[in-house]
Amino acid sequence: MSQAPTKTKRILLAKPGLDGHDRGVKVILRALWEAGFEVIYTGMRVSPEAIVQAALQEDVDAVGLSNHSGAHKSIFKVVAEKLEAAGFPVKERILFCGGAIPPQDIAELKSLGYTGIFPPGTSLEEIIKFLNQENTHE
Amino acid sequence: MSDTSTHSNSKSEDSTLRKTPSGIPLPSYPETGAEIPGAYPYTRGIHETMYQGRLWTMRQYSGFGSTKETNQRFRYLLEQGQMGLSVAFDLPTQIGYDSDAPEALGEVGKVGVPISTLEDMDELFDGIDLSEVSVSMTINSSASILLAFFVALAKKRGIDPKVLRGTLQNDILKEFIARHTQRFPLEPSMRLVIDVLEYSNLSLPKFNSISISGYHIRESGSTAIEEVAFTISNAIAYLESAKARNLPIDALARRISFFFNSQMNFIEEIAKFRAARRIWAKIIKERFQIDDERSSKLRFHTQTAGAALTYQEKENNIVRVAIQALAAVLGGTQSLHTNSFDEALALPTEHSAKIALRTQQIIAHETGVADVADPLGGSPLIEELTDTIEAKVNETLKEIEKLGGPLKAVEEGTIQRWIENSSYHFQQQIEKGERVVVSVNKFKSDETFDDEGVFVVDPELENERIQKIQNRKKQRSDEQLQSIEASLKSLREAAQGSDNLLPYLIEAAEAGASIGEMMGTMAQVFGEYQGDL
Repeated sequence: MSQAPTKTKRILLAKPGLDGHDRGVKVILRALWEAGFEVIYTGMRVSPEAIVQAALQEDVDAVGLSNHSGAHKSIFKVVAEKLEAAGFPVKERILFCGGAIPPQDIAELKSLGYTGIFPPGTSLEEIIKFLNQENTHE
Repeated sequence: MSDTSTHSNSKSEDSTLRKTPSGIPLPSYPETGAEIPGAYPYTRGIHETMYQGRLWTMRQYSGFGSTKETNQRFRYLLEQGQMGLSVAFDLPTQIGYDSDAPEALGEVGKVGVPISTLEDMDELFDGIDLSEVSVSMTINSSASILLAFFVALAKKRGIDPKVLRGTLQNDILKEFIARHTQRFPLEPSMRLVIDVLEYSNLSLPKFNSISISGYHIRESGSTAIEEVAFTISNAIAYLESAKARNLPIDALARRISFFFNSQMNFIEEIAKFRAARRIWAKIIKERFQIDDERSSKLRFHTQTAGAALTYQEKENNIVRVAIQALAAVLGGTQSLHTNSFDEALALPTEHSAKIALRTQQIIAHETGVADVADPLGGSPLIEELTDTIEAKVNETLKEIEKLGGPLKAVEEGTIQRWIENSSYHFQQQIEKGERVVVSVNKFKSDETFDDEGVFVVDPELENERIQKIQNRKKQRSDEQLQSIEASLKSLREAAQGSDNLLPYLIEAAEAGASIGEMMGTMAQVFGEYQGDL
């Protein structure tokens, strides 16, 4: 596992929509925590509004969403838009997501601001490395 | 799940027909000097001749988009030789929301078919004879309502509900543990489960009214031992709850079927199925003092492991599924769903779904494994693993009892925490390369992900569906509105008391009430689940 980041980053993990597959998000939660991040998990079935509120309140460095029900395109879009509309500095922070995301959807999610997209089979190390980068935007 | 007991065997005439390709005659089962198939505690199978009498039911789970699209897929699968239907509902339906509810956004028609009213159920089974086909429904939180739609539809078509065959999952405890569609707190959730068991026992003699599922427990990361232990512990909780309501548990126990996962470790999986049968038979006889072979025979459906499918080099999954399916057959399953190779990416296409079904047909008709009951019985390794799994499951069951019993262990999240630990440990093994997943952490290729032929649910279907359900509600006549309102009022009053709620739900379904209205009415009395999700 990678070493802890120099400045403790705060990561919000959330499961919007009705999907109940939380095995992945819970493994990532624990791995991030063990790697030295501060992690806040909203739980599942949370509304986009609740995610935005948590992101602002906790002033997180990154927001990560998980979905395995095929609802990712519509729900991740709503969350990204609402984050931006609520004044969350999307460009300076990190948006990432994971789950059963077919390859043909990746470009669209990137255009919404999700710079890290992690399908099944991604190693925890890869996610930790990604979050340890100072700024993923060019 | 199939009713295999009615097709037991024509052993003597069949066994002479069963020979290897070299002409060697096969015994009905290998002699081990100890247990025999079809005899208590059924370690070796619930029938003496197993698949020589009748093959397992090939039952592929499907549903997506709309009632019309799903109906077409059902008809296609039946034409391809599938033997029973298995309905996948979308998440709003599974949690009890209408398609036009705000909570349903983005989820309508995604993982299954949306069903909001009796009319939807009618469209779903259009041209399909419910007195002929057995129907399995993966539904839990709102199982009582979907059963009400199903019974109301049969009545509407002039079919006596007594002839309906099928299975309702109706297993709320594993929802709290792993699958997470629960809507009400644990106590009223359990009441609904038992209401369904009681109603089916009286009115649906051919229906399996519960399918106690280890499948999702395993998918969420448990070990094989935990899968069996937590499933059996949930089964005990249902029977104890029924007993506390003074219901005839000997009759209810006959309706219980199970649902297990088949993961990648071939040897351990085969032993797991054998151990599960032995454990359950002993629990029925020793703990519940039920002396009835129909209850003590553990009948189960199997699905291959979704979590074992890889996103990388997806075609390799055809091989994984075949091996998992073979383990389920060697373990004596009564019915089987084989996953499609592309399911780590999306819902299956017609092409991938066909390969999945063909995999079962190849195992059934080309390999010879169905010619002998429990072909691996007597293998020292399989027998030893079976014994060890039995012992370890029993240890876990004792630990759960020590913690105050299954309901308490679920409510306090103990079981959930155990699974989280196992799941984390499993992932760590993959990270460290201690557990090999081909094309994921070993033998990786640089190929870019191939999305050729990946299934896409038409995004317009969701909007069409929302429009359709809104129109349907708008077009209700005053008379219909009144009868819906009256039926919901009776439902609310019944929920406050202790009557069985099924007759009230069937009346509401017939009046035209939607799933969201019925679930919402019950939520007014039961409250919404407020625990961690």
